[in-house]
Parts: sequence; C-alpha cells; structure tokens
Amino acid sequence: MINTGDILETIKMIEEEHLDIRTITMGISLRDLASDDINVLSDKIYDKITKRAEKLVATGESIEHELGIPIINKRISVTPIAMIGATTNANSYVKLAQALDRAAATTGVNFIGGFSALVQKGFAKGDEILINSIPEALAVTNNVCSSVNVASTKAGVNLDAIAKMGQIIKQTAENTKDNQSMGCAKLVVFANAVDDNPFMAGAFHGIGEPETVLNVGVSGPGVVQAAIRRAGDCSIGEVAEIIKKTAFKITRMGQLVGSLASERLGVPFGIVDLSLAPTPAVGDSVARILEEVGLETCGCCGTTAILAMLNDAVKKGGVMASSNVGGLSGAFIPVSEDEGMIAAVNAGVLSMEKLEAMTAVCSVGIDMVAVPGDTTAEVISGLIADEIAIGVVNNKTTAVRVIPAIGKTVGDSVEFGGLLGSAPIMPVSTHSPAKFINRGGRIPAPIHSLKN
Amino acid sequence: MRAVITVVGKDRTGIIAKISETLCKYDVNIQDIAQNVMEELFAMVMLVDISKCNIDFSNLVESLDKDGEQMGLKVHCMHEDIFNAMHRI
Repeated sequence: MINTGDILETIKMIEEEHLDIRTITMGISLRDLASDDINVLSDKIYDKITKRAEKLVATGESIEHELGIPIINKRISVTPIAMIGATTNANSYVKLAQALDRAAATTGVNFIGGFSALVQKGFAKGDEILINSIPEALAVTNNVCSSVNVASTKAGVNLDAIAKMGQIIKQTAENTKDNQSMGCAKLVVFANAVDDNPFMAGAFHGIGEPETVLNVGVSGPGVVQAAIRRAGDCSIGEVAEIIKKTAFKITRMGQLVGSLASERLGVPFGIVDLSLAPTPAVGDSVARILEEVGLETCGCCGTTAILAMLNDAVKKGGVMASSNVGGLSGAFIPVSEDEGMIAAVNAGVLSMEKLEAMTAVCSVGIDMVAVPGDTTAEVISGLIADEIAIGVVNNKTTAVRVIPAIGKTVGDSVEFGGLLGSAPIMPVSTHSPAKFINRGGRIPAPIHSLKN
Repeated sequence: MRAVITVVGKDRTGIIAKISETLCKYDVNIQDIAQNVMEELFAMVMLVDISKCNIDFSNLVESLDKDGEQMGLKVHCMHEDIFNAMHRI
C-alpha cells in the first residue's frame, strides 16, 4: 500500500495549498481552412473547432472527478489567425475573432488563443490586417486572446511592429475603457514566442505542431511555499533541493492528467509546461515564495537572485517528471494575478525597473502590469522594446502585457476579477523614447544567433 | 482499478461501519486499511478495489462525501493513480 504520509501529503497539497492543474489546452490546426469570403471562412473555423474540441470540457471534468484534482481551465489554441485570414480578401478580421468567440462559448472553454500574428522579420499579407483588427476584436469578444510575436533571437527585432503595438495597446485600452481596459489583459507582445504554450493570453498553435495536440500547464506556488516553510532554517542549497522535489511531484500530476486526457480525446499529448502560475488567492503566490526564502518584501534587493534559483530548481525538478517538457516553463510573475506582488507594489517596494530585472531570469515578462491611462504609445513601445531585447539577447521568451488604464493614475487600481485579479497602477518614466521608436526598421539579430 | 479513501476528523463510534456499509452497497471491496487515533483525531486510509463498483466513480465520491458530512468528518476518495504518479518513480 502507498505510504499513509504520502497520501495525506497529496490531499493537503490539494485542499490547503492550492495544488491544481492550471490548464489543459487543446491545440487545433486551422491550416487546411481557406476561403476568399470571410463569412465562409468564419463558418469553417467555427465548425472545425467545435467538432475537434467537442468533448474537451467534459473529458477534463471527468478526469477532475476521478483523480480528485482540480483542473481549473480548459482552453483551446489555434493556428495564428493572420495566416488563415490572409486567404480572404477582407480588410478586417474581426469576424474571425467573433467566430473563435462563438466556438469558445459552444465548447465551454474559458479562453481561446490564436488571434495572433508572427511578424518578427516583417509583415506578410494578413499580418497588418490582423494587428489593426485587434482593438475592435478584443472589444466585441469575451474569450478571445491575442498575441503578436515582434522579435526572435534568430530574426532580430521588428521595431515597426513594436511602434505599431504601442498604438494598438492604447487603442485596445480605449475601446474597452468601460470594462477596466480589459482588452489589454488579453493581448500579449512576444519575443521568441513558443509554439506549444498552454497558458493564456499567449497561447497559439504553432506552425510546426501536429493537427491537434494537448498541452498541460501545472501550478503550485502554494505547495512550494509551504514546503519551504516546513523546512525551517536551512541553507539555500537545501531550499533549492526542496523546490526540485516539490516541482517533481507537481509535474507528475500534470503528466498523469495530460496522458489520460490525450488518451480519452484521441489527441496526441504535446508537453507539460513546468510553470509556477500564481492566482490572486492568498497562499497561491510566487512573490510569497521569494519572501519565504528570506525577503522582507518581494522587490527588495535579493529578489532577482532568489527568483533565478527558484526558476532553475523548478525546471530541474520537473524535467524528469515528464516525458516532454515545453511551453514557457518557469515561474510567472504577473502582477495583478499574484496576491504577494500586488502587496509588494502597494508597499512601494516592487518597481517597474525591478520587475524588468526579474524577467531576465524567469518567464515570462512584464505581465499584467497596469500603467497610467495617459502613458503615450511611444512610452509603451519603449517598454516593449526593452523587454523584448532581454528575450532576444538571452535566447528566451519574454513578453509584455500592459494595461494603460484609461482615466486612472498612480495610486488607483483596476479590478479585473477572477484569475486576472486586480492591478495597482505602477509609475513608468514619462520621458519620451519617440525618436528611437519612430526610426522604424529592424534591429539586427544578435551575434549569438549565428550558431550554425 | 483501485482507489484510496481517506477519512480525517474527530473520533466517534461507527466511522468504519458507516463507510464500509456504503462501500458494500456499491460492490467496492476493501483491500487494506490503516487507521490510527491520535488524541481525539481519527485518521484512516483505505485501499479499495473499484473494478466491480456498480455506480459511477463520481457518484461513489459524492456518496462517501455525504457520509463524511453526516459524521462531521472529511472523506476523500481519489483514484490510486494520482498517488502512484506523485510518489513513485
């Protein structure tokens, strides 16, 4: 019989420490769909997604009951819509976003990702149309997520796209200002975007992926924090060891759920994303892990060092627990979705600059950060450019998901509710990078991209 | 197919009787029981065979949950796989 202590440990992790499977995300290729009529294409997209993902939610729920482990989200990602939309003669892809939204409602998933474009080296037909459609698309849909990859280590940085995204983010905030500028919470700007990310808002079904695939994202900041607390006084090497062991257990759970779901749905199992994804619930925070290791408040000196150790230990523990690891795999630091991060910002300890430094050693970037509503498009583009540079030079994924909260300023906060949480408005330098951003063109790929 | 049932809470009479009555009703065979009472706290772990279970697994979980509620105890019933996955390499 299994050790009683192990059994009680598992139950405690689920009951008290918020251990859960954060998401099972089904990737669906739309590459076989084409039509020059956008209405016809919309119907084809809706039909294919609802057919392929018909049983996704029901299967997820049955596994949840059987194993007794909560699976918080069931989601869908699709081929970047810019590629599919390019077959039409339309000059807006809002209708395609609406088709995705309808498919999400029919299948019962809570988000569908892939209203996306990959423009790291330049714009192909469809890319600019898609990007220009984002502000309206995110205002008229509920569950559609959008992402734009503007740079990669191999291709360099598309500064034109970054300039454009500054304006698009502002416009999206404006279009959804009656709803806390919520549209921006569903829009990510990436460097080195990954093809098999199960997490929103940045999930899309990459072009090298199979017809359909199932990816799993695990979660468990609370479990890691509790394990460190129980260990009491010990060296940092021992803390790393505890994190590794905990990450192993969490990931095994993801592997089990993923393989069961893929078997029952008849869909190949893709990857487990080894991530520590926080929620706004107390006891489910990455910031509190850092504090548990020994910081007075997250954001003080020492934060980056501990985060680097945490991120590394999570990967080392998780990698043996799963047959295929992928996605973003690392600790997430979304400000509004992490109770400890919110507290650290409110205490005046965690600044934008420190967040930027933290993103150099973990996934995924300046995430769910609210800035004053009057922040200019150029400043947002500058912020994106800095974050993207960190990703390009360090050969890793980075991203920006900022919310210029219209009508609000430092001291206010925006309430998104649910898993998206609430974001205190953070100050950002108002000095202008406009001349740099408006130069346009492409920053060449760094020297270490020349590996062959 | 096997499941693990855990019962934790304040000790009282008839806990095992109640749980095993439910299991018997649904054709679930008990393979192993480990139980101890520390001070007033009752903790039991049961390994059961559910391959002949005559109701849906989720209904079994619900029904055990109700038993627990009636006795003021926390009852969990989970598939064995999850523990094997987490604690065995």
